[in-house]
Amino acid sequence: MSDGGERIEVGTDQDVVRVRQLVRTVAVSVKLSLVDQTKLVTAASELARNTLVYGGGGTVEVDRVDNGRRQGIRIVFSDRGPGIADLDLALTDGYTTGRGLGLGLSGARRLVDEFVIDTAIGQGTTITVTKWCR
Amino acid sequence: MDRVPILKIGDILLVSIQIDMEDQVALQLQEDLAERIVATGCHGVIIDISGLDIVDSFVGRTLATIASISRVLDAETVVVGMRPAVAITLVELGLSLPGIRTALNVELGMALLARDQAEEFDELVEEATAPAVDEP
Repeated sequence: MSDGGERIEVGTDQDVVRVRQLVRTVAVSVKLSLVDQTKLVTAASELARNTLVYGGGGTVEVDRVDNGRRQGIRIVFSDRGPGIADLDLALTDGYTTGRGLGLGLSGARRLVDEFVIDTAIGQGTTITVTKWCR
Repeated sequence: MDRVPILKIGDILLVSIQIDMEDQVALQLQEDLAERIVATGCHGVIIDISGLDIVDSFVGRTLATIASISRVLDAETVVVGMRPAVAITLVELGLSLPGIRTALNVELGMALLARDQAEEFDELVEEATAPAVDEP
């Protein structure tokens, strides 16, 4: 179950900052611990930057979710970019096709509880992450 | 675009990052700092990140690059004030910031740089006096 979330169009560096701020606000509102807030905002920053740099821009949607036992946050990053050809490789620490450290995708996955990638060549990439309150 | 101010205190350049930086602002800081190191001849740089509630791989890499550039320009960089939650997250992200020296706060960072310079001075003195002692 989720309530109506908020959506940010990501097209510039500034939008990545806005994503961080929105995720922080929602993380505080569902009472995520400080360390979990920090992990989630960091993961969101990595993934929003990927949406911008590799996806050529896209959208980020942030929702509060409730599975009946716990509250949490779900964030969906979507772009209509080139897609990821080799997912296993893209999720390897240190692998990058860009100018980064190759830690964005693999690192972000470690910082959240659930991480789902849906990608197709020429179609774009959608990454859904969830973090639950402990 | 915002700009991060760089303060000169004695022989040290102090940068205190108080805003959520856009990537472009971080890159600008890298350039500004390199120029200030050369212009002032300072041998130490302290970067205070106590105002940052996250450090992602981009900012982490920028800090590492700043440290490398400074070293090439004969200045030591110390990153100070990292929050505990940021440290935990950075390590889990896979970024342990190798090559970056850290201290818990600005004061300890300044002490670290001062100690370094004293040691360097002692070594120079030793080198200069050693041959004289060795001669019969």
